[in-house]
Amino acid sequence: MSYPETYKFTREHEWVHPHGAEAKIGITDHAQHELGDIVFVNLPKVGNSVKRAETFGSVESVKAVSDVYSPVTGEVTGVNDLLAQKPETLNEDPHGEGWLIKVTLTSPEELQALMSSAEYEEYIKAE
Amino acid sequence: MIRKVSKHIVQNEPLLFELSSPGKCGYQLPALDVPPVDPAKTLGAENVRPEIEDFPEVSEFEVLRHFTRLSTWNYAIDLGLYPLGSCTMKYNPRVNEVVARTEGLAWAHPYAPEVLSQGCMEVIAALEQALAEITGMDAVTLQPAAGAHGEFTGVLMIRALLEQRGNPRKKVLVPDSAHGTNPATARMVGYAVENIKSNERGMIDIDVLKRAVTEDVAALMITNPNTVGVFEENIREICGILHEKGALVYMDGANMNALVGISRPGDFGADVMHLNLHKTFSTPHGGGGPGSGAVAVAKALTPFLPSPRLKRNGDFWTWNYDLPDSIGRVRAYYGNFGVLVRALAYIMAHGANGLRQATLDALLNANYLRALLEPNYQIAYDAPSMHECVFSDDRQAKKGVRTGDIAKRLIDYGFHPYTVSFPLIVRGALMIEPTETESKRELDLFADAMASIAREVENDPELVLKAPHSTRTSRVDEVKAARNPIVRWQPRS
Repeated sequence: MSYPETYKFTREHEWVHPHGAEAKIGITDHAQHELGDIVFVNLPKVGNSVKRAETFGSVESVKAVSDVYSPVTGEVTGVNDLLAQKPETLNEDPHGEGWLIKVTLTSPEELQALMSSAEYEEYIKAE
Repeated sequence: MIRKVSKHIVQNEPLLFELSSPGKCGYQLPALDVPPVDPAKTLGAENVRPEIEDFPEVSEFEVLRHFTRLSTWNYAIDLGLYPLGSCTMKYNPRVNEVVARTEGLAWAHPYAPEVLSQGCMEVIAALEQALAEITGMDAVTLQPAAGAHGEFTGVLMIRALLEQRGNPRKKVLVPDSAHGTNPATARMVGYAVENIKSNERGMIDIDVLKRAVTEDVAALMITNPNTVGVFEENIREICGILHEKGALVYMDGANMNALVGISRPGDFGADVMHLNLHKTFSTPHGGGGPGSGAVAVAKALTPFLPSPRLKRNGDFWTWNYDLPDSIGRVRAYYGNFGVLVRALAYIMAHGANGLRQATLDALLNANYLRALLEPNYQIAYDAPSMHECVFSDDRQAKKGVRTGDIAKRLIDYGFHPYTVSFPLIVRGALMIEPTETESKRELDLFADAMASIAREVENDPELVLKAPHSTRTSRVDEVKAARNPIVRWQPRS
């Protein structure tokens, strides 16, 4: 699966897709592959705030429960309710239908510190 | 070649609900020879429970056979090697059971007056003292019921001490190799958790730690040896870094089987730790429990120990409840007393030299297995192993076989699987802890089985990928079970 050029990536394998003053956040294809079959997703509520590099939820697979860290600071404006019923969406379409939360971008300059898709692909190759 | 098992004899077994037929009964009462009483009248109607619907009706012998058959589906330490890393599944010496069944101990009542409980109180005092000596700590509480409960008790005491100093602080540091219970404990006590990355040798990175330890940090929760079976060689320096900033060191004692009689956490700077008596001190474990998570503390934390504490009054033990700084009781009565008796029996039967020898044998067994397995499996870290060794499935993964597949094939060879996919910092981890109680013969059988599986992975990976072949059920759909769990039996409609 390719890593979209309009997305930015963290070392903890989350992606963020900025769109105007908002952004969608999810986990990468590499992350879902490493985790294996995902069985449960724990997400914040609309109105909660998230902070860059701090955990906002967790993803549970048959193997392990992993924290998810926010790539940016902001306020949650949307949560992907589909994942409660169909957690497998995260395995099937991690960069699209399997998004986790939508947030407002409080500090858009934080995006600069994140990896581009090309940099991220290099990063997971080296890992 | 499979040398250990030939064929498992297992019978299918319905649930007791399905065995039920109306009117069957496991008891017979004589005819009533006193006037009947209406329980609703004497006890109050609200206290009388109606018949339980669909309660199974079976004979005594059916119940006996049912559970005996179910027990044959089990694999137990009494059947063979149980190499679960970080679980320390060792032999439970039968003399412990004899001692625990001593009439005065087995039938003691927690509400019996002190004057009639002196023997039990002496057991508790003697065990507290022995564990304090083994850990190099000042005092011990035996109340916590298991390891995670011990962690919770320990971190509550840390918080109480810091609060008394004026600031409970905000964060607890946990290395990425830690048991999952450590971050959970910190959160339960109200702390934020910060992960500390390990270095390429599987140890805490001193520079990363130095940057992370600020005035906001309440404690570091460290397991030593850590979960990759490696001794943190900079442990004194690590404790020093925490202490310099007024923070404390919590040691997870799950791996204490590698240290007893050789190294004492109190001496290298830990402030509080728990011991899993059901691991290190040979009390039944893994469904056979209950457990015990004794907690040992350094002097500064003693005022916060759970209430009540034993107090010597002349020739007499009494319970002291007058402990204004105590975090209070963490469990009803005085802990899992039967387990405490077994642990004390184990310690006294071994003596200091025996305990030390057990540790040395545990290290020897783990390193012997490591040497036998290294030709076929990739060791995760080069550092010397202590009581357990951790491999990665890197070589087998090239053939599409992962650690979980190897573990399932091991069942066909008559062994309980090792710990799978933990610690998380090792890709496809195989974590193996033989303990001191295994003979060379059993270890050789295990190593042969592992070597044989490695050859199968090369020559016939499908055989391993479809394992186990000899059990009553083969692979279950773990994903479906986790996504759509059925947690309650329902009659078939």
